[in-house]
Amino acid sequence: MQATPVKYTRLDLAVGTFVLAGLAALVFLAVKIGGGALVAVDTTTVRARFTNLGGLAPGASVLIAGVAVGQVEKVELDERYAAIATLRVRRDLKLPADTFAAIRSSGLIGDKNITLSPGSDDKLLQPNELITDTESAVDLESLISRFAFGGVKDKADAK
Amino acid sequence: MTESAKAPLLATRSLVKRFGSQVVLADVTLEVPRGRVLAIIGKSGTGKSVLLKCLAGVLVPDGGEVLFEGHPLGATAVDTAPGTETLAAFRRRCSYLFQGNALLDSLTAWENVALPLEQATLLPKTEIHARVREALRRLELETDATRYPSQMSGGMQKRLALARALVTRPEIVLFDEPTAGLDPLRRNAVFALIAHAQREFGFTAVVVTHDLPEALAACDHLALLDQGRIRFSGTPAEFSTTADPVVASFRDSPAALAKNIAALRAGAALSADLG
Amino acid sequence: MLSALGQSSLRIVSEAGDLARFTFRGFYSAVGSRRLGRRLARSVYEQGVRCLPVILIVGVFTGLVLGLQAYHTLNRFGSSGLLGPLVALTLIRELAPVLAALMLVGQAGSALTAEIGIQRNSEQIDALETMGIDPFGFLVAPRLLAALIVFPIMTAFFSLVGLIGGWLSACILLPLAGNVYWASIDNAVKAADVSECMVKAFVFGALTIALCCHNGFNAHRRTGATGARAVSASTTRAVVFSSIAVLAADYLITSLLV
Repeated sequence: MQATPVKYTRLDLAVGTFVLAGLAALVFLAVKIGGGALVAVDTTTVRARFTNLGGLAPGASVLIAGVAVGQVEKVELDERYAAIATLRVRRDLKLPADTFAAIRSSGLIGDKNITLSPGSDDKLLQPNELITDTESAVDLESLISRFAFGGVKDKADAK
Repeated sequence: MTESAKAPLLATRSLVKRFGSQVVLADVTLEVPRGRVLAIIGKSGTGKSVLLKCLAGVLVPDGGEVLFEGHPLGATAVDTAPGTETLAAFRRRCSYLFQGNALLDSLTAWENVALPLEQATLLPKTEIHARVREALRRLELETDATRYPSQMSGGMQKRLALARALVTRPEIVLFDEPTAGLDPLRRNAVFALIAHAQREFGFTAVVVTHDLPEALAACDHLALLDQGRIRFSGTPAEFSTTADPVVASFRDSPAALAKNIAALRAGAALSADLG
Repeated sequence: MLSALGQSSLRIVSEAGDLARFTFRGFYSAVGSRRLGRRLARSVYEQGVRCLPVILIVGVFTGLVLGLQAYHTLNRFGSSGLLGPLVALTLIRELAPVLAALMLVGQAGSALTAEIGIQRNSEQIDALETMGIDPFGFLVAPRLLAALIVFPIMTAFFSLVGLIGGWLSACILLPLAGNVYWASIDNAVKAADVSECMVKAFVFGALTIALCCHNGFNAHRRTGATGARAVSASTTRAVVFSSIAVLAADYLITSLLV
């Protein structure tokens, strides 16, 4: 008759609620805040050649008209010591072949991003095709910060 | 099987136990007769409890061995290795009643008694239920099933510990000072309980105790531990007649006390006379 | 002097080895343990549900203070737009796992060390052994498993509540625009940051709760103290060593992952 005291069920309820709420918090953190790693969006890659990335690192945002459409996947050098950034972007964008890529900052010392400006060509960029029409990073902030704060390093480098 | 039936149920051979540089058990060789109650007596601090813990496989001896039905028990420290087959078999068939009862204070009386059945046997739930209720009823604890050990008196805790020890229907029960801190009436009651339970279930019992008169009355065998060795082993009758000086001093200590006090009183009377 | 140094370092190394073996035995013994679920639920309750209030309170205040400090510093450079990323990355990568672990050690870890220490003291652990119950499976396994569940969850709660705290101080008490705050967080925090956070939570959980169980379990082996003093000494040691272990492991993991 007293074999199973009632309080175990209340304990189970509290534990169950805790674990479920905790899992929800975890998923929220991973998916919403952590940049949608778990949400599969159909993506493709394009590449862009720059003479100077100015500290742009993998993970930086790719924007079109200020809207995030992807991320920088990796950064490497080609045989002529130019920087090649591989961009993972949404497949449904249908970028024209004469798309222009520029490295911009979101603020004076903010994160670097790559802003794409689609052109008007009828031909589309093929997956992994190289964008050569680019504008490299203006290393303005390091100049300014050196001038203004004396020796403060480029924030983008510190990441 | 025939061999193990012939061997004593539990025995020690040249058992040695040290704590640091202090030798507690120097050389203990002892046989526990099957189906009997063996009392281990001795002065405080002579290692009676240590001997019992070695018998139970809780302490690992530094030398010699404990034999269960003729097989070495092979006790190891719990966090180094899981024990041997013999140890596992021994654990299934042996219960230990701790001096401080060692009831789990986070569990109710019912859960404490059910614990060894739930955790160490494969009995069905209904069987466990029946056995726990039976054990609690036998020790007059049915109405306290939902109470926690901390809400019980010392005597009730002792009975609860006994219920937990007997619920597994053990073949050997080791009692570590079951009467420590009890008044004389309760002491008798505990010994009566042990003797009755022993007759009823036919288990082999080893009782470590200080209470010589009770032990003489309730036990079939006595062993006297002195300076890390077994000084005497025999029946109560033999104990009463042996000429061994250590046994004699133990046996005759109430008489010696009476004589001492009598002398003191006489002395006091004498000095009163003088005054 | 030199030999004392050598001896104490030998002791630390063998203690670490003992702890590793203890932890392995603790997890391994979960395999054969009966009715583990019930004890696991109780452990999750003790480590998780009971500690939730303190985690939420500390999380909110951490976020509040981060927001406040960061706002005034960043505002001087006109880049208060970076406040969100600063608060979020500091919380998710460092403060949430570390502070949550420290709070859990203080509340749940110390309690379980004392509980196991008293069980050792009153021969309850010996009693389990004589009943044929593996004390590792009975006492250690549920607590270790619970830590693996509770620590990541608590860290997630701490992060989210901290972000809300940062938003409260920057956007409600101070004049930052709320959508800037949240959007910049969304942009700045990467999956790698969250996974670093979770790696830390798992490691801290296993490490600290194993340390606490180990200290309680071996309360009787403390030299120089017996009885109640051994339990209190073990509890102190468990908390101190767990705290050091959290910070040391934090540095190691950070340097390995970044």
